[in-house]
Amino acid sequence: MTLRDFVNKLLGRQPASATTARERLQLVLAHDRSDLNPELLEQMRREILEVVSRYVEIDLEEGDVSLETEDRVTALVANLPIRRAKPVVRPEAEPASDSDDSEPLWTASQA
Amino acid sequence: MTTSGSRSILICSGKGGVGKTTLTANLGIALARQGMRTAVLDADFGLRNLDLLLGLENRIVYTAQEVLAESCRLDQALVKHKQEPNLALLPAGNPRMLEWLKPEDMERIVALLRESFDIVLIDCPAGIEDGFKNAAAAAEEAIVITTPEVSAVRDADRVIGLLNTRGIKPIQLVLNRVRPKMMANQEMLAVDDVTDILALPLLGLVLEDEQVIVSTNRGEPLTLNGSQSPAAQAYSNIARRVCGEEVPLIDPAKVRGGLRAKLGRLMQTKIF
Repeated sequence: MTLRDFVNKLLGRQPASATTARERLQLVLAHDRSDLNPELLEQMRREILEVVSRYVEIDLEEGDVSLETEDRVTALVANLPIRRAKPVVRPEAEPASDSDDSEPLWTASQA
Repeated sequence: MTTSGSRSILICSGKGGVGKTTLTANLGIALARQGMRTAVLDADFGLRNLDLLLGLENRIVYTAQEVLAESCRLDQALVKHKQEPNLALLPAGNPRMLEWLKPEDMERIVALLRESFDIVLIDCPAGIEDGFKNAAAAAEEAIVITTPEVSAVRDADRVIGLLNTRGIKPIQLVLNRVRPKMMANQEMLAVDDVTDILALPLLGLVLEDEQVIVSTNRGEPLTLNGSQSPAAQAYSNIARRVCGEEVPLIDPAKVRGGLRAKLGRLMQTKIF
């Protein structure tokens, strides 16, 4: 956030249009680059939540799965607040494979 | 790069009207003035304009079409610039060429040009369809030009993705039509915003400059007559950087003086 954005916020004004432009671009480019439409993203989000909720109890309201882009690398970022771990964790679950730079990165943070 | 050391550089943008042809014309002249034997190839067969910006539209006899059909020699089709004999234009052929033109045809033409020129600039058509693919096939390096507008940056991003998959490098960025005042007021994407988003090294920054329109009216690129206008200087600096010289970039924030400019810079400070 720049000083101008901060002043605008204090005065209840809209952010500078360059800030809006940057944010809109980052969002649209993340989708352009991944070739994922919002529908597919939503489907993926549901499936991710389903898998994760087998292991831990997550806050479905607060959960967020989105695409973020930095340095031409698009990452799928999942922020899933965990309420508590479920008592039964199946041991035959596949170990997480080492992710390559070009593949989506996964982050899950605890709320 | 081939053994001869000749370079082929694609000038592209994705979006139309951001300044590809103006950059090709001015960069071509500026490179020629530095002693580089320079060829500019109009690869926009559908809507050719490079001849017009160079003021060579009345001197075209043959085009790339006749060269490909072998009904004339390359040197017969090349239009040499009278004031700047180091520069030659290979005009675009008839729009009907688009029906049969293939990437191999462009490769053949550029290979021919590279035999007798140090640098070949390829003026790419807008879009990412066949015209772009044909032009890109013949290039080893690329300059992507964009303006600080969301649509131009988005289209540039698509083009950069396609250039990357073709193994074209280096890919460098020219940011055109920069308005320092709007940038200072944060009503225009900042230079860093664009370079961060596109993740390309910046080859040049061209300020919005009315003289560009005047020069296109006359068919005399700004770099031809030693103009000191901001855009003319920017194009000359780009040419020097293309040749490997280190020339510092201008800082749009420093273009304007006075208290309001200082305040504008202060307001751009990132606080968190």
